[in-house]
Amino acid sequence: MNAQARTAYINARLIDPVAQTVSDGALLTVGDKIWAVGPDAFDASDKDGTTIVDCQGKCLAPGFIDMQVFLGESLETTSRAAAAGGVTTIVIQPDTSPMLDQVSIVDYISRQAIDAPINAHPMAAATKSLEGQEMTEIGRLQEAGAVAFTDGRKAIQHPQVMRRLLTYATAYDALIVQHAEEPDLAEHGVMNEGEVSTRLGLPGIPAEAEVIMIERDMHLVAMTGARYHAALVTTAKGVAAIRKAKQQGLNVTCGTAPAYFALNELAVEDYRTFARLSPPLRTEEDRRAVVEGLADGTIDVVVSAHDPHTEDEKRLPFSLAEPGVVGLETLLPMGMELVNGGHLTLPQFVASLTSTPASLLGLPGGRLEKGAPADLVIFDPTIAHRIDASSFASGAKNSCFDARPAEGRVLQTIVGGTEIYRAESWQS
Amino acid sequence: MNTSNGQSHPEYRHLLGIEGMTATEITALLDLGDRYLQHYRDDAQIPKVLKDRTQINLFFEDSTRTRTSFELAGKRLGLNVINMSVASSSIKKGETLIDTAMTLNAMRPSALVVRHNASGAAALLSQKVSCSVINAGDGSHEHPTQALLDALTIRRRKGRIEGLRVAICGDILHSRVARSNIHLLNTMGSRVRLVAPPTLMPPFIENLGVDVHHDMREGIKDVDIVMMLRLQKERMQGAFVPSTREYFRYYGLDADKLAHAKPDALIMHPGPMNRGVEIDTVIADDIDRSAIQEQVEAGVAIRMACLDALCTGSLENTA
Repeated sequence: MNAQARTAYINARLIDPVAQTVSDGALLTVGDKIWAVGPDAFDASDKDGTTIVDCQGKCLAPGFIDMQVFLGESLETTSRAAAAGGVTTIVIQPDTSPMLDQVSIVDYISRQAIDAPINAHPMAAATKSLEGQEMTEIGRLQEAGAVAFTDGRKAIQHPQVMRRLLTYATAYDALIVQHAEEPDLAEHGVMNEGEVSTRLGLPGIPAEAEVIMIERDMHLVAMTGARYHAALVTTAKGVAAIRKAKQQGLNVTCGTAPAYFALNELAVEDYRTFARLSPPLRTEEDRRAVVEGLADGTIDVVVSAHDPHTEDEKRLPFSLAEPGVVGLETLLPMGMELVNGGHLTLPQFVASLTSTPASLLGLPGGRLEKGAPADLVIFDPTIAHRIDASSFASGAKNSCFDARPAEGRVLQTIVGGTEIYRAESWQS
Repeated sequence: MNTSNGQSHPEYRHLLGIEGMTATEITALLDLGDRYLQHYRDDAQIPKVLKDRTQINLFFEDSTRTRTSFELAGKRLGLNVINMSVASSSIKKGETLIDTAMTLNAMRPSALVVRHNASGAAALLSQKVSCSVINAGDGSHEHPTQALLDALTIRRRKGRIEGLRVAICGDILHSRVARSNIHLLNTMGSRVRLVAPPTLMPPFIENLGVDVHHDMREGIKDVDIVMMLRLQKERMQGAFVPSTREYFRYYGLDADKLAHAKPDALIMHPGPMNRGVEIDTVIADDIDRSAIQEQVEAGVAIRMACLDALCTGSLENTA
C-alpha cells in the first residue's frame, strides 16, 4: 500500500484497552501506522487526499490478537475467518504438520505469514516432536519468530522437563504456555466428570486434573522465576489457584475461551459432539468462576481456541469424535454477552483480546496510540442476531454456538491500514 | 419410547434407553412381554404379526446371548432376521457406523437392533435412519431391553415391582445394565441400592436417586432382589480392583452374604457370569433362589414385545 495513504475514521466510539476508556472521537492512520487518536485527531478542513470512514458512532478498537489458533485449515482460509471475526493477529499452535519444533519450519511459517492478509505468528513447540522429553532450541526459535513455547494440546507432564524448560526459558525471557491438564487423570476421559457423565455413560475428566497441573507448575514457577501462561483455565479450582499465585507475586498469566464462560457440561447432553472440547466443558459453578476470573483480572486473555474439524470428524459417537470447535468468528458476540450482561466493561473485554496478549507476546499491536500498527476493528456492540455457522468464512462449521441468539457484530477489519473485511450490511 | 434426550417421541419409533420412559409405557411393554411369554410357555401358536418384514441385528461388539435372543424374538414374530457383525477392528473407523447404517436403511428394514461399544451410538444412528432403532447396548450408557426383561422376571416372581428393595451389585461404573435398571426400577417405584467397591461406583450416582453401599452385607440386608453384575474387564483401563480373589471375598455373592438378604430374595445376573468372581457357583445354580434362566426366557418375550410395539406402533394407544 501507499506508505503515505491517509485514512480518517470519524464519529467513532474509541475503545482504548490501555487507558480503559471509551470516548467519542476520530482516528487517523498514515500508511500502516496509527498517526493520531482522539477528538482532534482529524481536522475536517484538511481532508485533501484522505479517505474518510464514517464509523457512525460504532466502536473502533485495536484489531483482536488471538493467542490460540489451531491451523486445521489453510492459512488463507484461517485468515478469512479471522478477518470476519475482527481478529488481525493470530498465534498459530505448534501441532501443525510438520510440527513447529524446528527453526527451519518456524522460519518458513513466519515467512509465509508475511503474505497472509492478517498477522500470523507461530508459537513453537516447547519440546521436540511435542513429546514432552527434550526441550526445543528456544533461543533460535525465538529469533526465527516464535512468540512463545507450548506443547499445544498436550500438557508438559514430566516435572523435571518442565523445571528445566522454565529455568532455561528465563535466559531468553521466553513465555512457556501450558495445557493445564494432568494427562494421567484426563486419560480416556471425554467430558467433565460428574452426574452428567455418569448418566451418559461417558468416561469423565475430573476438575482436579486442571488444578493439580496448575499447582505443580506454580511451585516450579516460584523456583525458577520464569514467565508462565496457562492456555485455558476452565474450573473454579483452576481460577482460584491462579488467583493465589498472582497474589504471591508469581509471573503467571492465563487465558480462557468463550465456550468456558458461555456454556457448561449440559451442552454435551444428547451426545452433542460439537460441544466436545479439550479441556472439557465444566459445571455451571465452574463457568461462573471463569466469568468472575475474567471480571477481577485473574484471567488475563480470551482466545478463540479455534480448532476446525470436518463433519466426518464430528458426526461420530461422542467418545470417537475429535474435540475442538471453531471460534474466530464468534469471539466478539460471545464476549459481548459478558459485557452486555454487566460482568465486564467493554474496555476490559477488549484488553483481554488486544493489549494484554500483545504485551505477553511482545507484539506491537493491541493499542490505540500514535505509532502503533493500523490494525483495527469496527464493531457494533449491541446489534442482535443469531449465530449462523453456515455463513462462516471458515471452511469448517463445527461451532458450539450455532443458532445461539447473540449481540454484537464485526463490521470492518483493517490490517496495516488496509481493509480486509467488511460486513455486507455495513456502509461507512 | 424415548429419544436420547429423554423426551417422548411422538411416533414411539425408537427404543434408545429407559431414561425418560413413563411407568405407563414400561407397564405396557411388560404386559405385552408377559403375554408372549405365556404364549410360548403354553406352546400356543404365536401370530406372525410382523410377517415378511425385516429386522437387522447390527452388532459392533461381540455378543452371543443378546443377538440370539433378538434373532429368536424376531423370528417368532415372522420377521426376516439378518445378522451383521462388524469386526471390532474397524469400529475405530467411525464412518463405518453411519455409513453402514445408511446403507442398511436403504434396504428398508423395519427394525435395526444395534450394539456398539460407544455410549450414544444408538442415538446417533437413530438420527440417520427411517426405521425403528432398538438399542441392544451402547457403551456404558443403556441396555433397555435387559432392564425390561429383568423387570418382567421380577414381576412374574414377586407379583409386583413397586415397593421392592433391589440391590444392584458389582461393576456399576462400566455397566449399562445398571443404568437402565436404575432408571426403570426408580420409575416403577422400587427402592434401589448399589453395592460396589468405591473404584467401581460412578461419581454422583446418588443423584439418580439410589443408596450407595460399599459393604455388601449392609447393602443387601433385607432386600427382595439381588442383581449381580459382571466384572467388565474389557472396559477397564487400568486396575480398578487389586485382584479377583479380593473382589470375590468382599463383593462376590456367596451363601454367607446372601444370608443377609430376605430369605426369599431372588438372585439375578444378566450373564455371562464369571463364576467364582462375582458369584459362587452353588448359588448361581440354585433353582429356588436364582432367576438367571428365567431372565433368558423373559428376554426373548420382552424383545418380541419391543419389536411388536415399535414396528406396529401399538404402544401409542397405551401411553
